[in-house]
Amino acid sequence: MSVQPSPTLFMAAAAAPSDGVILARRLLRLRSPRGGMWARAARRVLRAPGGGGRGFASKAGGGGVSAGGEAAPQERGRVPGDVIEHLERLALVDFGSREAVARLEKAVAFADRLRAVDTDGVQPMESVLEDRCLYLRPDNVVEGNCAEELLQNAHRVMEEYFVAPPGTRFPKFNKLSHSKLKI
Amino acid sequence: MAAPVLRWSCPARRWILANIDRGPRHGRGSPTGSRSSGKRGQSSVAQQPLATAQKPRKGEHQWAAVVGLEIHAQISSNSKLFSGSQVHFAAPPNSLVSFFDASLPGTLPVLNRRCVEAAVMTGLALNCHINKKSLFDRKHYFYADLPAGYQITQQRLPIAVKGSLAYSVFVGKNRNQVINKTVRIKQIQLEQDSGKSLHDDLRSQTLIDLNRAGVGLLEVVLEPDMSCGEEAATAVRELQLILQALGTSQANMAEGQLRVDANISVHHPGEPLGVRTEVKNLNSARFLAKAIDYEIQRQIEELENGGEILNETRSFDCKLGCTVPMRDKEGKQDYRFIPEPNLPPLLLYDSASLPAGADPQQVINIDQLREQLPELPRVTREKLVQQYGMLPEHSFTLLNEVGLLEFFQNVMKETRAEPKRVTSWVLNTFLGFLKQQNLAVSESPVTPSALAELLNLLDQKTISSAAAKKVFEELWRSGGKTPAQIVSEKRLELMQDQEALEELCQATMEKHPQVVMDLKKGNPRAINKLIGLVRKATLNRADPTVIKEMLERQLSS
Repeated sequence: MSVQPSPTLFMAAAAAPSDGVILARRLLRLRSPRGGMWARAARRVLRAPGGGGRGFASKAGGGGVSAGGEAAPQERGRVPGDVIEHLERLALVDFGSREAVARLEKAVAFADRLRAVDTDGVQPMESVLEDRCLYLRPDNVVEGNCAEELLQNAHRVMEEYFVAPPGTRFPKFNKLSHSKLKI
Repeated sequence: MAAPVLRWSCPARRWILANIDRGPRHGRGSPTGSRSSGKRGQSSVAQQPLATAQKPRKGEHQWAAVVGLEIHAQISSNSKLFSGSQVHFAAPPNSLVSFFDASLPGTLPVLNRRCVEAAVMTGLALNCHINKKSLFDRKHYFYADLPAGYQITQQRLPIAVKGSLAYSVFVGKNRNQVINKTVRIKQIQLEQDSGKSLHDDLRSQTLIDLNRAGVGLLEVVLEPDMSCGEEAATAVRELQLILQALGTSQANMAEGQLRVDANISVHHPGEPLGVRTEVKNLNSARFLAKAIDYEIQRQIEELENGGEILNETRSFDCKLGCTVPMRDKEGKQDYRFIPEPNLPPLLLYDSASLPAGADPQQVINIDQLREQLPELPRVTREKLVQQYGMLPEHSFTLLNEVGLLEFFQNVMKETRAEPKRVTSWVLNTFLGFLKQQNLAVSESPVTPSALAELLNLLDQKTISSAAAKKVFEELWRSGGKTPAQIVSEKRLELMQDQEALEELCQATMEKHPQVVMDLKKGNPRAINKLIGLVRKATLNRADPTVIKEMLERQLSS
């Protein structure tokens, strides 16, 4: 299975403990399944570890990514209301209907199946590019000077400046409705 | 309550207590929840007078302030951190923007080698451990000047960690006692700058210029080891000098190349740290110290009046001289960090681990960079003290003023005068004139050669020191002439004719027999009076010590 970073997966990961993301990457490392995996998996699900950013501590407070994720929704499959609101603010998404929230809960449940894998002692993979060399570019100026082209994309311009959409000085952008996101 | 009294200790301020117990050290990440225990009913106790030496009174009515800094320095490079557009201060809006900087779909970041080298050099200069493997992350937040909706930074594993920055504060009546201090460096990381937003009040809209978006920044995080505004400002100044010496950043606060945010809290010594506030918009070194001190004072007053400190972001209003709350943070900011999917880990090597046959353009050797590090300010100052025997505080002044060190060294090259004399002239007379007219060294009407020539004349005793000052003034005013010209024009040369001087001494003594009588009676001040009279007779063109010798000789004969 190829794990493409899709918005759904990351939102799910944000709601669930962020272990989900790390688990996904660990999964890619494993070559052979271990015996007794399902028994261990069952035990893991019941233990339900709480939230907490293991390496993704948000800078401002040292707290975890998932402010409301401590509720570990695997058992009930429910995402609490305040988590939904929090997500809506952060990602500027409008969950709108109960259906959309149910969809999210299904996505979380789908991702939770990763927990079935035993990853004890396996180093997390940060990037599928980890074996690649990071190319270093020489410090020369080769781009720029295309203000006209760039400004053509803008909804409103004012003498070579982009005009920010209203309400963006302190972000209260228009939210995208979840149904419009074709996921 | 009476006028606010600063009752917290800071060595540079010469307040009372030197041995305040700072209590447990916490990192930056903690504590936002703990409050200083409110001793509300006891603020009516008599305030301690300022600057009197008293026995330390620990506990209740002493406050300790804790200041941590986050410093963003724009890397001095030709192109941006992840794209090939130019880095330049003033340019037509949106002209230095590539497709990646505008976050158009389909663009990818490509790391600039120069920025990595700058980060490693800075880390080495600040005694950091360089992480051979570091990672890039995305920090998400929505703001109009951040077109991508995230900033590429290094949150999990930055390029350099655990270093130290040494700086010196001067205390004492004449500010000549040096206290050496150190502040720990938590980490140095590479990150992108955001664009600039300008508010158009007329039409009530925000205009965005992305020229600055994507420029490489070095974020230097200083642990909360500082305790007042002066310490923080001194540490920042020292960092500025280091960055400028390395060439990694021009670190000019006025042009926005160096930005400082301060995290400030107060607590009673021995108790846990208090709630911290973050103060942003500190645009100059002067306001930095003021703003921090104001905030410390504000927090102390607030707590003494029974209030509480909110964990908020404040901005410094330089016109009013106070900090005001900025946008309200709804709870903790949640940046939803994720690894940057488009960038593999950044690997650095040293001479031992350098892979054989590697393309030198594609690998960075930490040892090689360490060898190529230029001389750091601390070393320059030590050399000055050793080579010229000057006082430490003079070496600081020489380095603090832009261009002054070079001026001094140029004068030294061309003059035979003693270093002490040159130092004194450069730091007192020359610098004094500059400051009076608010000029930079580069704008000085007096060149190093001119000053060197003047000091030579002084050294050869061609002119007296009073005359030299006059010549200097004239040099300052009239630019073009040389000291020798001025001396001859104004006839300021010292009398070289010994016989004429002898005659003058003789004549003066005859004219003032009373003074001679006094002298013979043993009045020591009479000799000075005689010297003064002779000097007047010579129109100030004789050296007082020579006159004194002559008079004494004549009197004894």
